[in-house]
Amino acid sequence: MLNKRKITTLGVCLMLGMFAAGCKKKVPPPAPPPPPPPAVVTPPPAAPSIVEFVAEPSSIERGQSSTLRWNVTDASSVSIDNGIGVVQANASRRVFPGASTTYTLTATGPGGSKTATATVNVTEPPAPPPPPTAAPKVTLEQMLSGSVVDAYFDYDKNDIREDARAALTKDADALKAIFASFPDASITVEGHCDERGSAEYNLALGDRRAASAKEFLTQLGVPGDKLKTISYGKERPQCTDHDEACWQKNRRAHFSTGQ
Amino acid sequence: MKRALLFAAALAGMLPLVVAQQADILGRITRERATTIALPELRGSGAAQAFMNAFNETLYNDVDASGLFKIVPKTMYPLQVPQRPEDFREQAAQTSTRAAPPAGGGGNLLSDWSSPPVSANYLAFGYTAVQSNVLVLYGWLFNVGQPTVAKAQVIGKRYFGSPDEAGAKKTAHEFAADIIAQLGGTSLLGTKIYFVSNRTGHKEIWVMEPDGSNQRQISHLNSLSIFPAVSPDGTKIAFTSFAHGNPAIFILSTDTGRRLPFYNQVASVNETPDFTPDGKQLLYASSASGWAQIYIANLDGSNLRRISSTRALEVEPKVNPKTGTDLVFVSGRTGPQQIFRMNIDGADVQRLTNGEGEASNPAWNPNGERIAFSWTRGFATGNFNIFWMDVASRNYVQLTHDAGRNENPTWAPDGIHLAFQSTRSGTEQIWTMLADGSQVRRLTTAGRNWTPVWAK
Repeated sequence: MLNKRKITTLGVCLMLGMFAAGCKKKVPPPAPPPPPPPAVVTPPPAAPSIVEFVAEPSSIERGQSSTLRWNVTDASSVSIDNGIGVVQANASRRVFPGASTTYTLTATGPGGSKTATATVNVTEPPAPPPPPTAAPKVTLEQMLSGSVVDAYFDYDKNDIREDARAALTKDADALKAIFASFPDASITVEGHCDERGSAEYNLALGDRRAASAKEFLTQLGVPGDKLKTISYGKERPQCTDHDEACWQKNRRAHFSTGQ
Repeated sequence: MKRALLFAAALAGMLPLVVAQQADILGRITRERATTIALPELRGSGAAQAFMNAFNETLYNDVDASGLFKIVPKTMYPLQVPQRPEDFREQAAQTSTRAAPPAGGGGNLLSDWSSPPVSANYLAFGYTAVQSNVLVLYGWLFNVGQPTVAKAQVIGKRYFGSPDEAGAKKTAHEFAADIIAQLGGTSLLGTKIYFVSNRTGHKEIWVMEPDGSNQRQISHLNSLSIFPAVSPDGTKIAFTSFAHGNPAIFILSTDTGRRLPFYNQVASVNETPDFTPDGKQLLYASSASGWAQIYIANLDGSNLRRISSTRALEVEPKVNPKTGTDLVFVSGRTGPQQIFRMNIDGADVQRLTNGEGEASNPAWNPNGERIAFSWTRGFATGNFNIFWMDVASRNYVQLTHDAGRNENPTWAPDGIHLAFQSTRSGTEQIWTMLADGSQVRRLTTAGRNWTPVWAK
């Protein structure tokens, strides 16, 4: 078609030239048409080449993004699945997969088609921290049971034994901390006995145990006006077996938040 | 085992002494049960017969429990049992007519009851009938050792009750009380046993009849109420309660259940109250000075005075009911808890128990000569048994042996019965027995039950 138009244009020029020459002199014959252009030998088309197709980063937490990057040559068409579609041969795209996804890139050209894959691994994000509380609140009871321990006694005795001395020394610090956190609180020191003595005598003995524990604590600086005492004698045992292991558990000064 | 043998040997060595002492003292209390009584079953006419099982059981139990009689076994009785005095034939008439059999009147001769095999001193007989919707008991007690029927009658009386089992039991109790009174005994009829029970879920003060019947709740404090004491006139009960926080003395009217005012001195423990015999003052233990000590105050808590003064625990003051001027109490002043006595002004302190084991729960008998108490002497710590001691001589008798923990004895007003608390059935329950350790009976079954106090 291009050639035809050339020929037509040439023809018109020739006619115009002949018309002008015809008026003057004899017009030489037209030049022969140019030889046809030499046949161009085109080599067979190359297959497309995927230089690279990567996801960066390849592992993300859910909600984050990854970038797919690719470079394809010799392709007449490039597409990526998972809803991305046809793309440029050399480009990148951010993706937000909700779960681990393998993307497949398909490059198609006169020489055929090629695929490559890139995988984005999606991990679960760690559980969110609990909603922040207004203030870290520990109750008086929690503080007491968590930090103050019982002091134990020998049979028919209210002396502070070596192990009770250690326990009460620790309790003194804990009680001071408690009164710092709860300035209005008062703590009751309960005196208890095992089942063997008479109930009447034990009520008086438990009273001495509570009093001895309180006295020891006040000497370590615990405010005495915040420590009440009460004896339960053998009326409120924490263990009801009839052996020394159980009796020892019951011969104690115990701390509670009230009567 | 070796220890047990040693203990047994020691016990055997002491046995003659203890037995002799026991025979002497118990001879006095129980009159050695020298009196024998025949107690045939009474019958009822018509509708009354339906209640006679309950009647006869009650009569037998009361007479037996008195400890005053030996009841002749029923198999020994003659075939015919008189129901009225008219059923007897005069022994004298019989001897004069010569026609009568020489021995054995079949039951209608006094000698049928006084001679072997019955060999009774007394015969109780009678019958019941329902008249005008009232159960009437016609009851007689004959001294069958008398020569004539006319002289034999000791009791001849009518008793009235409702026409039902309760009425039958009432007449039986009253008849038994009269029989016991004839022998100089004190009937327990009308006496009460106060005690502590947790059957409601809380330890409260309860009361019951001496045979365990009619148990009812006195205090309703829903707390921890323990260690009761009853005023001599029976109108007030004092005890220790946690109802207002620290253990303190409470006094209730036994009639209305109302709380009476009592000033508790400032102390972490006020406990173990006891009334003076005139009913005007109260003794109790208080930790006001740091160690529980004995105090005396007016019934409203005023006019408070401290009696004891040691750095040891002292509880359970019990005033001598006869003198009102001396008391026994429990103290740790010489080591493990023991029983002491002192004058009510705190003078003349003496230890009564010998220092062995642990002793507690002293309780005076009505005439103020003996204390019953609990003691671990000869047993492991905590294994209490019931003892009683003649306070003047310090001689003592052990009444319970190897049957659970036995504590808190209390004398009946008759001075020959004791109620006490024992774990012999598995849990703490109230039991009674004679002061020689015999006739052990269980009174309570509901919940757990402690600290009986036998009151008039």
